[in-house]
Amino acid sequence: MAAAARLVLRTASGAKVLRAGLGWLGAPIRVPHAAAHFTFHPDPVPTRHGPTQKMNLFQSITSALDNTLSSDPTAVIFGEDVAFGGVFRCTVGLRDKYGKDRVFNTPLCEQGIVGFGIGVAVAGATAIAEIQFADYIFPAFDQIVNEAAKYRYRSGNMFDCGNLTIRAPWGCVGHGSLYHSQSPEAFFAHCPGIKVVIPRSPVQAKGLLLSCIADKNPCIFFEPKILYRAAVEQVPTEPYLIPLSQAEVLQEGSDVTLVAWGTQVHVMKEVAAMAQEKLGVSCEVIDLQTILPWDTETVCKSVVKTGRLLISHEAPVTGGFAAEISSTVQEECFLNLEAPIARVCGYDTPFPHIFEPFYIPDKWKCFDAVKRMINY
Amino acid sequence: MRKMLTIISNVLRASTKKNGARVVVSSRSYADFTPQASFDIKGCDLHRLEEGPAQQAVLTREEGLQYYRTLQMMRRMELKADQLYKQKIIRGFCHLYDGQEACAVGIEAGINPTDHLITAYRAHGYTLTRGGTVREIMAELTGRRGGIAKGKGGSMHMYTKNFYGGNGIVGAQVPLGAGVALACKYQGRNELCVTLYGDGAANQGQIFETYNMASLWKLPCIFICENNKYGMGTSVERAAASTDYYKRGDFIPGLRVDGMDVLCVREATKFAADHCRAGKGPILMELQTYRYHGHSMSDPGVSYRTREEIQEVRSKSDPISMLKERMLSNNMTNVEELKEIDVEVRKEIEDAAQFATTDPEPPLEELCNHLFSNDQPLEVRGTHPWTKLKSVS
Repeated sequence: MAAAARLVLRTASGAKVLRAGLGWLGAPIRVPHAAAHFTFHPDPVPTRHGPTQKMNLFQSITSALDNTLSSDPTAVIFGEDVAFGGVFRCTVGLRDKYGKDRVFNTPLCEQGIVGFGIGVAVAGATAIAEIQFADYIFPAFDQIVNEAAKYRYRSGNMFDCGNLTIRAPWGCVGHGSLYHSQSPEAFFAHCPGIKVVIPRSPVQAKGLLLSCIADKNPCIFFEPKILYRAAVEQVPTEPYLIPLSQAEVLQEGSDVTLVAWGTQVHVMKEVAAMAQEKLGVSCEVIDLQTILPWDTETVCKSVVKTGRLLISHEAPVTGGFAAEISSTVQEECFLNLEAPIARVCGYDTPFPHIFEPFYIPDKWKCFDAVKRMINY
Repeated sequence: MRKMLTIISNVLRASTKKNGARVVVSSRSYADFTPQASFDIKGCDLHRLEEGPAQQAVLTREEGLQYYRTLQMMRRMELKADQLYKQKIIRGFCHLYDGQEACAVGIEAGINPTDHLITAYRAHGYTLTRGGTVREIMAELTGRRGGIAKGKGGSMHMYTKNFYGGNGIVGAQVPLGAGVALACKYQGRNELCVTLYGDGAANQGQIFETYNMASLWKLPCIFICENNKYGMGTSVERAAASTDYYKRGDFIPGLRVDGMDVLCVREATKFAADHCRAGKGPILMELQTYRYHGHSMSDPGVSYRTREEIQEVRSKSDPISMLKERMLSNNMTNVEELKEIDVEVRKEIEDAAQFATTDPEPPLEELCNHLFSNDQPLEVRGTHPWTKLKSVS
């Protein structure tokens, strides 16, 4: 009886394989959109900051916020739905632990949230505002650019809103389509007075977020939402800082420099591996981390060494941050360049509804660009 | 003779037992149904208005059956979308409208097809009432080329003539609606614009900016707040300092309407439309309604409200049940006729789901089309400078 059942199962799975095979040859089959376009490789366990615990990205954010609320009595966290833990679970447990006057919900008004946050910061309390998705940050754009960024400058250093940190989930997630996938860092990079930071992993996220909170300037912290659950690392439980405006060289190389931030760093790591394996090309991978003010020195030093630069991001290519990096590097390192600087970015279209796998700058497009640069 | 009569009566009785009322219906003509009836409907709370809509509504048989068909079509369409989403045939975001059907159907009954309408992301119902077919709507949900926006918009971005969507960003559609109303006034065609938003959006700054502009320039705009008591997971008490959304327009007259009753919504919309067409400026309506599903398909809908609450609304105030009961108790139709409509609706939904599942996706060329309006095809930079894509519009 059992044997018969097993036979039936085997035939059933065999039949399934046959059908899929026919699918490849015959009528087009629907490919499920389940596979991510990158693999997350955790960094080695940090040893300098004390005991560590396994955490994913949203848990590392919770840990950073927990550390802040316990060490800084003026710290408050607010945003839409943060009280129950947030739509991405970044603030789970904080309201119960620290009270409802320190972790509270706001109504649905981004402009109000940021304006209110600026006020809290100017008055001396540490304000951590959450915008539910980076795509929704635009009603607050005026407050950030015209108020937060210019406060210290226009008051001659009498007032500032350095205590403000704005957090927002950022980047493509596989099914986000137009309004849950945007990467708006380029809009803010054009605004002196604020800092824009994007981590690539839980360890980086906690350190960079704590640095943003400690930094005496208003900071925008974009969290790659596709990594919230996918990225798991051993993260120190104690607070620690990772300096801002310092790019990190993840992998040394001699032929091509690859620059990216956020999720795209993991794609770059795979591209570097592919280039080494298939072309014998040694790539230097740099995580920019801070978009504004960005670490020109590290990137330029690397390009002087390799002579070739590839920059990649999900945001559209025209006016994306890669344009700024490209322009600065060609000013500083013109005679060192062996090939034109390549930018592998999203298309100049709104983030598409169903064309996402074709839109994003995946590892194949980047590998192609590396090949062209080598053969220039 | 008596034997024959007994035999005939026995046959008739037997057949009556089998087919029951169907036999009766075929021998009775539809003229036996009440052609129209008058119903008492709930009064509306008023703000800055001397009198409100009539508290009695006349419903004809044809209207009733038409409303029933549309309500049922909407309900089944949303449930089908739920099913397809769980099968991962629909992906991304899907905000379902079941429970709130009376709002869409009632509003459409109170305005003309030449009037304009704009709403937020819970838009499937309005796409249907404003002229979209179920086939197109479902194909848009699955992102296929037969979709109402060619598969490029998805659940939140559906459009038809005089229906401006379908808007993902909360509250952003309200100033747009006022703009459409300005165009209506300017073009002098006696049209108006119905601008909808939710209880969550009612706290957005741009709504208040719009109230001011619409009132200042006396725009023919009906603002409608669909208050389904929860802004995603936040109840209205925890989000708003004043939950009297119909009063939030301050200087704009307002009324609060029972949004679960099609007739209530219809009468209120007619009242509001008359107000606008008379040149008195904007008016604000709050429809008190309820959604059975969660905010979207990723929200189970029970972490911020109890199952008992949902059940209670379903059993006491369901819009379809209310209409059905009214029509049946006034002999305007019978169970069989309504069942026929149900069967037809079900078939149409099945066909639409079949189409939505099998229609091919838009071709890759569509990725860049319709970015700008251009005579010559425009070149769009791709992921690297040496591949350029064509954008046709």
